[in-house]
Amino acid sequence: MPLIKIRDLHFYRGDKAIFEGVNIDIHRGKITAIMGPSGTGKTTLLRLIGGQLRPDKGTIEVDGQDVHQLSHAELYELRKRMGMLFQSGALLTDINVFENVAFPIREHTTLPESMIRDLVLMKLQAVGLRCARDLMPGELSGGMARRVALARAMTLDPMMIMYDEPFAGQDPISMGILVNLIHHMNNAMNLTSIIVSHDVTETAEIADFIYLLSGGKVIEKGSSVQLKKSSSPWVQQFMQGLPDGPVPFHYPGVSFSDDLLSPEEIS
Amino acid sequence: MIETIRSLGRWGLATFERIGRAHIFLFQVLAGIPGLAFRGSLVVQQLFYVGVLSFALILVSGLFVGMVLGLQGYNTLVDFGAEESLGVLVSLSLVRELGPVVSALLFAGRAGSALTAEIGLMKSTEQLSGMEMMAVDPIRRVIAPRFLAGFISMPLLAAVFSAVGIFGGYLVGHGLLGVDDGAFWSQMQAKTDWYGDVLNGVIKSIVFGFVVTWIALFEGYDAVPTSEGVGRATTRTVVHSAFAILGLDFVLTVLMFGG
Ligand SMILES: Nc1ncnc2c1ncn2[C@@H]1O[C@H](COP(=O)(O)OP(=O)(O)OP(=O)(O)O)[C@@H](O)[C@H]1O
Ligand SMILES: [Mg+2]
Repeated sequence: MPLIKIRDLHFYRGDKAIFEGVNIDIHRGKITAIMGPSGTGKTTLLRLIGGQLRPDKGTIEVDGQDVHQLSHAELYELRKRMGMLFQSGALLTDINVFENVAFPIREHTTLPESMIRDLVLMKLQAVGLRCARDLMPGELSGGMARRVALARAMTLDPMMIMYDEPFAGQDPISMGILVNLIHHMNNAMNLTSIIVSHDVTETAEIADFIYLLSGGKVIEKGSSVQLKKSSSPWVQQFMQGLPDGPVPFHYPGVSFSDDLLSPEEIS
Repeated sequence: MIETIRSLGRWGLATFERIGRAHIFLFQVLAGIPGLAFRGSLVVQQLFYVGVLSFALILVSGLFVGMVLGLQGYNTLVDFGAEESLGVLVSLSLVRELGPVVSALLFAGRAGSALTAEIGLMKSTEQLSGMEMMAVDPIRRVIAPRFLAGFISMPLLAAVFSAVGIFGGYLVGHGLLGVDDGAFWSQMQAKTDWYGDVLNGVIKSIVFGFVVTWIALFEGYDAVPTSEGVGRATTRTVVHSAFAILGLDFVLTVLMFGG
């Protein structure tokens, strides 16, 4: 049985459909990548799984529980077993790096201070920021902040982690280390990982299964080998990052030439 | 024409919806307060930010308001040869009205706007969402301690304001204008009633503290999560608080001293 089962998911922002009938299975112990053009709703999908947004139709089950039927207390209990890395990092700006990573431990356990220190330093060491522990979040670069957030997401040893753009803003070296870290953690701790990323090559390298989303639907799914061999021009364009093809770069609307010539703007 | 009526209707609906949200928010916050019994340090920390940091402002403003009252009161009373009653005038004005009202207005400007900006920024930088996903309820962890701190601080600040103000009135009345200090204090003590005056003033300041803190926290929590949205929410906190304080002051005054 999959850890996460999404069935017939519909979600709207006002009149705009973000998802229209999406089905996704996320299997235990595997790394599943969710890819798609910017603005398709990948972050929205993670928020739906985390119970921060409510679907207009359809269900999301995590570990056999329907996320949106849970009571407040049950939802918070479930979230203790989910880690999430926010696209923006979402670090608490009034406490330093060490305290940020220690935050979930302090909130949910009564471990002694010495053990908290060991745990936090271990996690910070893994992301290469052990010696940055006294910095405030405002003193970090975007890439460093995301690595701290990654360390924080791992602290409670959750059953799954959702990574929203973990590789954005990383130099090639830390990128390589992070890819390995996510891969290694997944296998060593029997974690389930969901990676949202635009870095097709890096993600495809470690993902066991890939979903391609666009226009509110799952366009293609399969292992990276299967996707690379896919005959769909859409998939080929996305996986290879070609500028020309069926995937639109522009936010939908009237054509550029019509916009330039439209008289109502000229007053 | 139709469009105007429509937009009026939309505005009305949005306003009522917002008022509804504000009340749900209040119940969630109040439900989170008992849990703070185990998290005393959170409240103490907020008492510092909300209360102690407003202290200097309250102290200085109270002193000046009291000195002005002393001066103005003396000029009026002296025409009737009643300058001995200056103490009564100063203390009643402060304890009944100016203490709670002016300190609440200052509190809204100093602490209320800071609360809104802080919560609004935490929302717009996804810190509140981040907490939710770490299974930490931001209403209990972030909002409730601030609410309690505001609720506790406000009556204390109002009391300080009144006390300092009376001292300011005494400084001007006795030191500058030469009112007999025995008469100043004894008339004040004789004419200021514990239940009728002091307690009613305290009730006012408790009500104002509750309302201002509620408005400030709700505006922050409900802010549009952008820099512009947070800026607007901060302004709204000050404006709405001022309206609420002055309106409620009238209502409370009618209830307490009207009949
Ligand atoms: N708060 C909001 N209100 C209205 N619309 C929103 C809101 N947040 C996101 N959207 C819309 O939802 C769509 C999906 O947004 P989302 O952030 O999920 O995209 P994404 O796939 O994560 O993109 P990216 O790869 O750039 O992060 C976008 O088209 C956006 O315009
Ligand atoms: Mg996103």
